[in-house]
Amino acid sequence: MRTVIFRTSAPYLTSLMVLFSVFVLLRGHNEPGGGFIGGLIAASAFAIYGIACGVSPVRRALYFHPMALSGFGLFLAALSGFASLFFGVPFLTGLWTSPEILGVTVDLSTVLFFDIGVYFVVVGSVTSIALALEERERL
Amino acid sequence: METALSGLVGLFYAVAIYLMLSKHTIRMILGIVILGNAVNMTIFAAGRVLREVPPIIPAGFDTPPESVANPLPQALVLTAIVISFSFFAFLLVLAYRAYQELGTDDTDEMRVAEPDGEGPPPMGY
Amino acid sequence: MAVSSANTVDLGAAMVTAPTALADWVVILPVALPILGGAILLMVRHQVRLHAWMAVVVAAATLAATTALLVRVIAEGALVMTMGRWLPPFGISFNADALGATFALTATFVTLVGALFAIRDIDATGRRYGFYPFLLLMLAGVNGSFLTGDLFNLYVWFEVFVISSFGLLVLGSEQRQIDGASKYAVLNLVATTVFLIATGALYGTLGTLNMADIANKVGAARETGPLMTIATLLLLAFGMKAAAFPLNFWLPASYHTPRIVTSALFGGLLTKVGIYALLRSMMVLFPLERVVLSDLIAWVAGATMVLGIMGALAQSDLRRIVGFVVVSGIGVMLAGLALGSPLGLAGTVLYAVHSILIMTALYLLVGLMYEAGGSYSLHDIAGLYRAHPLLAAIAFALVLAAAGLPPLSGLWPKVVLVKASLDAGMWWLAIAILVSGILTTIALARVFALAFWRDRPDAGPAAGDGAAAQLGGGYAILAGLLVPAIWIGIYPEPVLQLAQLAAAGLSDPSAYLEAVFPLGPGS
Repeated sequence: MRTVIFRTSAPYLTSLMVLFSVFVLLRGHNEPGGGFIGGLIAASAFAIYGIACGVSPVRRALYFHPMALSGFGLFLAALSGFASLFFGVPFLTGLWTSPEILGVTVDLSTVLFFDIGVYFVVVGSVTSIALALEERERL
Repeated sequence: METALSGLVGLFYAVAIYLMLSKHTIRMILGIVILGNAVNMTIFAAGRVLREVPPIIPAGFDTPPESVANPLPQALVLTAIVISFSFFAFLLVLAYRAYQELGTDDTDEMRVAEPDGEGPPPMGY
Repeated sequence: MAVSSANTVDLGAAMVTAPTALADWVVILPVALPILGGAILLMVRHQVRLHAWMAVVVAAATLAATTALLVRVIAEGALVMTMGRWLPPFGISFNADALGATFALTATFVTLVGALFAIRDIDATGRRYGFYPFLLLMLAGVNGSFLTGDLFNLYVWFEVFVISSFGLLVLGSEQRQIDGASKYAVLNLVATTVFLIATGALYGTLGTLNMADIANKVGAARETGPLMTIATLLLLAFGMKAAAFPLNFWLPASYHTPRIVTSALFGGLLTKVGIYALLRSMMVLFPLERVVLSDLIAWVAGATMVLGIMGALAQSDLRRIVGFVVVSGIGVMLAGLALGSPLGLAGTVLYAVHSILIMTALYLLVGLMYEAGGSYSLHDIAGLYRAHPLLAAIAFALVLAAAGLPPLSGLWPKVVLVKASLDAGMWWLAIAILVSGILTTIALARVFALAFWRDRPDAGPAAGDGAAAQLGGGYAILAGLLVPAIWIGIYPEPVLQLAQLAAAGLSDPSAYLEAVFPLGPGS
C-alpha cells in the first residue's frame, strides 16, 4: 500500500479526519454525533496513516501509548460521574453550567466530559487493535 | 415489517449456526459475527419497527412534537454492536496468533493445552 | 423560542428530586473505585513498579466500600441508587441487597488477596502487558454484575469482566495460553450472545429491562408471552457461564493455561457470577418458570457435581484437577437453586462464599507446590512434606475444606444442602452431594499422598532450602484465605444468618422490589 500517491495524501487525509472527528465529538452536544463515532473516525484516521507510512510513525505521532489514551478516557469519564458527588445528586447525573469566556457563552457539562472520555477510550482501544493487526501483516 | 425482519433474523441464525458448527476457527468467527448481527436485529425488531422520524427533540421543546421511533432498542443495539465489535477484533487477533503459533486453524488439532493420550495419573506409590 | 404548553412536561415526576445522601454512594463505589484505579494504572503503564501497590491500595479501598455496603444492607435492607436521576424503570439503577453485597464483599476480598499474591508471581513483563489494570477492571465487572438492577446493564458488566479476563488469559502469549484462550473466548461469547437473545426477547415481551420492573410485570404477561422460552434461554446462557454440565467443557480446557494467580481468580470469581445471575434471574424474575425447570436443574446439578469430580480423578495435572473440582462445586451450588427452598438457597449462598475462598486458595496452593516441587504433574512431584512441612499443613487444611470435612468451611453448606434436599424429598440429590464429597476427598487426598507423602525417587533433600524462604510470602497469603474458611467452619452462625438473609431476599423479593419502587408497582 506504499504508493507515492497514497503516502503523499495520507498525512493530509489523517489531519482532516482528526479535525472532523473533533467536530463530530462536539456536535454530539446537541445534534447527532458524539464521542463514540468521533473516536472511530479518529481511530480510522490513525489506521490510514499506519497503512500508508508504517506503524512506528503513528506511534511516534501519538506520543502516548494508545492504551494509555484509553486509560485517560476511562478516567475522565468515571471522574465526570463523580462530579455529582458535590451536588447531592446520584452518580452520572448531568450537571450544566454556562460561563462567559471572552464574551462568548460556553455551555459546559459533565456530559461533555463523559463524551470526551468515551472519545479517548474508543480512539485508544481501536487504534491499538488496528496498529497491532498492521504490525502483524509485515511478519 | 417485523415479519420480514423476523424471517431475515431466522436466516441469519441459520447461517451463523451452520458456520459455527465448522471446526475451522475462521468460519466459527464469521459465524459469531453473523450471530451478533442476528441478535442485534432481534432486539431491533423486538422494539417494534415504526416508520417514524428519528427520536430527536427540537430546540425549545420538552417532548417530541410528533410520534418518533423507539430510541431504547437503538441504544441497546448500539451498545451491543460496540461490544461485539471489540470482541470480533479480539477474536480476529487471537485466531491469527493461534494460526501463527499452532500452525493450524483446525480445532481438532489444537491440542496443546489438552494433549492427547496423556495416560492415567499414578495409581499407587 | 415559543414553547407551547402542550410540549412541556413536569420532569419532576420522572426524576429523583430528593438529594442523594453521601452515604448512598457506597452502592456505586465497589464498581467506580476499581474503574478509576484501572484507568489510572492504564495511564501510567510504564511505571510498572507502581502498579502492584496502587492496585493493592485500590482493592483495599474497594474492600472497605463493600464492607460498608454490606453493613448498611444488613442494617437497613436493600439500597438503591439510580444513575442520572431518572427514576426506574427509565434510569439504570444499582440495587444492593444482602445477596449482591455478600458476593461483592467476598469477590473483592479474593481479588485483594490475588493482587497481593501477584506481587511475587507476575514479573515486570506481565505488568507491562497490563495485569493489574485488567485485574481491577475485572473486579469492576464482577462487582457491577453483583450490584446492578438492570438486565441489559448486567450484560454490559458481563462483557466488561469477560474482556478483562481475555487480557489476563493471554498474558505471556504462550502456545497453550492461546489454545486455551481460543476455546474460552468462543464459548463465553456464545454464552453472552444467548443472554442477549433472551434480553431482546424479554424487552419485546414486557417492554422493560429493569429487574424489579420485570418481576412486577411478569405475572401479567404469563398468559401471552414466551416467558418459558426466555427463562430457558437465560438458564442456558448463565449455565454456560457457570460451567454447568453439559456446558462445562470450556473450563477444564482453559483454566489451567494462564498464570497461576489468574487461574485462581477465574476459578474463584467468574463461575460464581454465573451462579449469582442464575439465582437472581430464576428466583426473582421467573419464579414460576423455575419451578417447571427445577427437575432439569436438579439433574444438571447432580451430573455436574459427580461427573465433574470424576474428571478430576482422571487427571494427572494439578491445575486441571483443581479445574474439575471447581466444576464439581458448581453442581453443588445448582442443587440449592433446583430446590428453591429458603434453606436450599441459603446453602447455595454459603457454598458460593466458601467456594470463592477455597477454589482461589487451591489454585494458589498448586502454584506454591509448583515452586517447591518443580512440576505440575502428579507423576513427577513428590517429597514436599519433608521439604515444606508448613505447606503440607496448609494443603491438608485445604483438602479438608474442599472435600467438605470438618472443621473447615466446606462442611456447613453441604450439611444445609443435604438437609434441604431431604426436606424436599429429593434423596437422590442428597446422595449425589455426598458422593461428590467422597470423590473430592479421594481426588484431593491422592494429590496429598503423592505430592507430599511420597518420597522423591532420588531420595535426596527435595528442591533445596532456598525455596522455603521464598515461599514465605505465599504462606502468609494462603493463610489469609484460610482464616475466614476456618472461622466459617468453627463458628458458622453469623455467615449462615447472612446467607439466610440473602436467601430470604430471593424467596420473597418484595423488599427488593419496594426499594426500587417505593410507591408500589407501576408508579
